[in-house]
Amino acid sequence: MKPAPFDYVCPETLEEALSILSEFGEDAKVLAGGQSLVPTMNMRLARPAMIVDINRLPRLADIRSHNGSIHIGALVRQADAEREQRIPQAIPLLALALPHVGHRQTRNRGTICGSLAHADPSAEVPLVAVAVNAQIEAQSSRGARRIAADAFFDSFFTTTLAADELVTAATFPAHSEGCGYAFEEFALRHGDFAIVATACAVRIDADGKTDTLSIVLGGVGERPYRCDTDAWLGRALTADDIEDVAQTASARIDPPSDLRGTAKYRRWLAQGQIRRTLSRALEGAR
Amino acid sequence: MIRTSKSEHASINLRVDGKPVKADVPPRLLLCDFLRSQCGAKGVHVGCEHGVCGACTILVDGRAVRSCLMFAVQAEGAEVKTVASLGSHDNLSPLQEAFRAHHALQCGFCTPGILISAQAFLTERPSATRREVEELLAGHLCRCTGYTSIVDAIMATEETTA
Repeated sequence: MKPAPFDYVCPETLEEALSILSEFGEDAKVLAGGQSLVPTMNMRLARPAMIVDINRLPRLADIRSHNGSIHIGALVRQADAEREQRIPQAIPLLALALPHVGHRQTRNRGTICGSLAHADPSAEVPLVAVAVNAQIEAQSSRGARRIAADAFFDSFFTTTLAADELVTAATFPAHSEGCGYAFEEFALRHGDFAIVATACAVRIDADGKTDTLSIVLGGVGERPYRCDTDAWLGRALTADDIEDVAQTASARIDPPSDLRGTAKYRRWLAQGQIRRTLSRALEGAR
Repeated sequence: MIRTSKSEHASINLRVDGKPVKADVPPRLLLCDFLRSQCGAKGVHVGCEHGVCGACTILVDGRAVRSCLMFAVQAEGAEVKTVASLGSHDNLSPLQEAFRAHHALQCGFCTPGILISAQAFLTERPSATRREVEELLAGHLCRCTGYTSIVDAIMATEETTA
């Protein structure tokens, strides 16, 4: 359980980091918190030839409010986001999800952007990013671009990032009036990977009608799964509607079966979680 | 910029339990192995080596982290504290004393990591609830299943130090 040998570089400027990534491409791996990468290296599931340790790029460690959204740099630890006083106000869904991310001891190193880049389909931060339409900022020697969370996650542990690109930040739209949020997860032990997790964001307009309804499930497929909720937009949701959403959305998913649960069990978990998170989010929105 | 090829060693300087340490390490050397083999810090227990069991938990610049999920080379310039920094055989820290009094250690393998985690936690949250302490312990595996007494010991320390 020791990592295979690798070359190591700890650049002091972003330009140096990007230049090494463009030189090594697929053979390089970016090391930020290391809470997902190092275990896979210890188990030899990953054997990168070059590790690019970005921990000495302090410019990436900031949380900024910018044009009504919150910019979280690549080195912001999950524990720092959890302690940051602006987050519960500005990104309530992230604040609700963070205590479920690993353990306190791993959140002290693990980063928000690292969790996005790792793209574990049962991880919490990707669900939040998809549910609130976060943007992922990526840079390479070729330039910078922003990728919508919906377009960022591709498959199991796979994103649409190019091999030479580094996630430099994630931008979360700030909470707006009339929005309610809820997050729920079922895991065997607190901090373990979710068997099923649900993130829900709802917005009610001045007439009491739902104009945004985002329900995203984790642990049910190869990427964060966004439920199709268009049919319930534009009206005031009743208890029957909530039940209808929960039953319809959970019936449409095709979750995997594994040692921790069958597909049927995951559908059942999803149904209950959708029912509860949607009810709580609606209460928050009212 | 530190750049080390896999066949070379990087030179690092850090402090371990208050003492300055200078060493040459290959990039792939895990911090837990470095602390045990080159610093004599045998209180760093290596269990699962993938961040699940929590036995190797130490403080890096004041924060509880898994030393099996960091490379030694990353500890350049860091202040590292292991269980040995808490107290000595003849002069136990209040937390260690509470572990003794509440029979919160059985085989003792998970104990150093839990002591470090709990110490960091109590500094940050001096009046945490029992539920929060239980959640903290979710980051540690005790195969003797001594959790109830461990929570008792941490709660008792909270009462005496608060």
